[in-house]
Amino acid sequence: MYVAVKGGERAIDNAHDWLAEERRGPTDVPELSVDQIKSQMTLAVNRVMAEGSLYDPDLAALAIKQARGDLIEAIFLIRAYRTTLPRLGHSRPVETDKMACDRRISATFKDAPGGQVLGPTFDYTHRLLDFKLAADGETPEAATADPLQGDMPRITEFLNRDGLIQTEEPSDETPRDMTREPMEYPAGRPLRLQALTRGDEGFVLGMAYSTQRGYGRNHPFVGELRIGKVAVEMDIPELGFAVDIGEITVTECETVNQFHGSKTEPPQFTRGYGLVFGQTERKAISMALVDRALRWEELGEDNLGAPAQDEEFVLSHADNIQATGFLEHIKLPHYVDFQSELELVRKIRSEAQASTLKEAAE
Amino acid sequence: MSDPAYNFAYLDEQTKRMIRRAILKGIAIPGYQVPFASREMPMPYGWGTGGVQVSAACLVPEDTMKVIDQGADDTTNAVSIRKFFENTAGVATTEKTREATVIQTRHRIPEEPLTEDQILVYQVPIPEPLRFLEPRETETRKMHALEEYGLMHVKLYEDIAQHGNIATAYAYPVQVEGRYVMDPSPIPKFDNPKLEMAAIQLFGAGREQRIYAIPPYSKVVSLDFEDYPFEASKADHPCDLCGAEHTYLDEVIIDDAGGRMFVCSDTDYCGERQADGHRGRLSPKLEAAQ
Repeated sequence: MYVAVKGGERAIDNAHDWLAEERRGPTDVPELSVDQIKSQMTLAVNRVMAEGSLYDPDLAALAIKQARGDLIEAIFLIRAYRTTLPRLGHSRPVETDKMACDRRISATFKDAPGGQVLGPTFDYTHRLLDFKLAADGETPEAATADPLQGDMPRITEFLNRDGLIQTEEPSDETPRDMTREPMEYPAGRPLRLQALTRGDEGFVLGMAYSTQRGYGRNHPFVGELRIGKVAVEMDIPELGFAVDIGEITVTECETVNQFHGSKTEPPQFTRGYGLVFGQTERKAISMALVDRALRWEELGEDNLGAPAQDEEFVLSHADNIQATGFLEHIKLPHYVDFQSELELVRKIRSEAQASTLKEAAE
Repeated sequence: MSDPAYNFAYLDEQTKRMIRRAILKGIAIPGYQVPFASREMPMPYGWGTGGVQVSAACLVPEDTMKVIDQGADDTTNAVSIRKFFENTAGVATTEKTREATVIQTRHRIPEEPLTEDQILVYQVPIPEPLRFLEPRETETRKMHALEEYGLMHVKLYEDIAQHGNIATAYAYPVQVEGRYVMDPSPIPKFDNPKLEMAAIQLFGAGREQRIYAIPPYSKVVSLDFEDYPFEASKADHPCDLCGAEHTYLDEVIIDDAGGRMFVCSDTDYCGERQADGHRGRLSPKLEAAQ
């Protein structure tokens, strides 16, 4: 006999308790500390900060711990937290020219002022499992050198001086803020860049990859990729000048793209731009490629109908918190809708059967 | 008790003000989708974040709140959202439709007629009724502006040509006050006639950043054709627990042989009828009820 499904509340509480137990795992294994995650899972922490749109390694590490290592879940925790924070003001634009670089490479020149600095990269590692790590994590000390003094010149500026690359016009217009206003299309470049920098790494990577394979091809070279610390300065009205309020690590990528010229522009190189919190170079390069693909209209290029050229398509599907929420909501009960579909299908079937029978009888 | 770490009903007052403005605009332009700067909520997008934000903006401490999903108060997500408001707003909650001042719903309109003192808040997944005919927001906004709804009629016509019926069973499109075509959220079309009611109806779509509204006693017409009039359909059975013949029913499989029973999806309504002595085919025998 039918028993009404009661006790949803107790089921939820029990599920949460079980979840907490699963997160902790066997208690004979020492618990991970937030500090360990913060200092040894740094690239995961970086991704959570970037897509969570909140620069706070401690909170990101806590979120990763709470989310059992599910990074999208951790990003969600950070987003839900950040939205409750008061907006105290705006920083000045960060000066990436003054970045203290850990890594800085250019693919377009063999060498350049400032030099090629490889930094801590996986690039030339052989992807062989290191079984020593399973035993103990001790590493030899890496060699050090004195930090480079002065600003790090921008590779694309060398091209700009010769007029070979399109100049970006500075603007004092306050960009719209996608966290405070509903998205509207056409969005324009500042909003596009905001959406891309917090967009899902996998999605942005896939979009960028599609341009390389011919869906809106734009021939990118990594003009420059730099990773390092930049100062964040804020104007304090009471003081009348800007003060340093801290520093953040960011990854910046400028691509140099071929451009054959259009009705309005002479042949020259063009740029794509990526800037992402933390050491997140896959994401920053991807962002630069997608940014460049989305600029087809302002550069007078043809719309090839490629997904990566379609601003509304890219921006409305880049956010993994929106995507995962909507995707997973189909787990919620839908039996009322399903019931109405059942009745409709039964009705259409019975009408179809009745008319077949009638035809057979005639 | 409400959690003192958060503002009343979770959202800060600035955000509530922004949402209330969108709600007022929505009421002023019945059926029009008002863009609003939806916030990230501590529950996932697609799980009622739009409804939760609208409810949070409407709630005052004196309110009594009811939350239903699929017509039932005890479905897991309804329980979760009710708990959220118990914790963050500390408002009284109820399962009685009549006692509630704010009702948040997903996929149903309560069977009990609502009054002028009540607000019904719908959770909306895809607010755009034209979305599956035209995926671009830039296009659909134009179509609404120009009142260009031919595409929708063609779709309904094609359904009839192909299936002999309009093949939309839920989220059946309506036109509000003779102007905007609106998605009533995925309620079964059985509920469509109830959209003309005394209560304020507010629709919140968090992920899609839209709020819209039907003011009390507005004219709401389900799209149809003269020769294929709209029909509010339901399973052709009475409720097996309370005997009601006029309510929307869930079909429940009750044994391994695929035996079925039909019960009211509105659990509060069904419970009240049973308490009033109504009986259905599978009701427990009377002595059990006494």
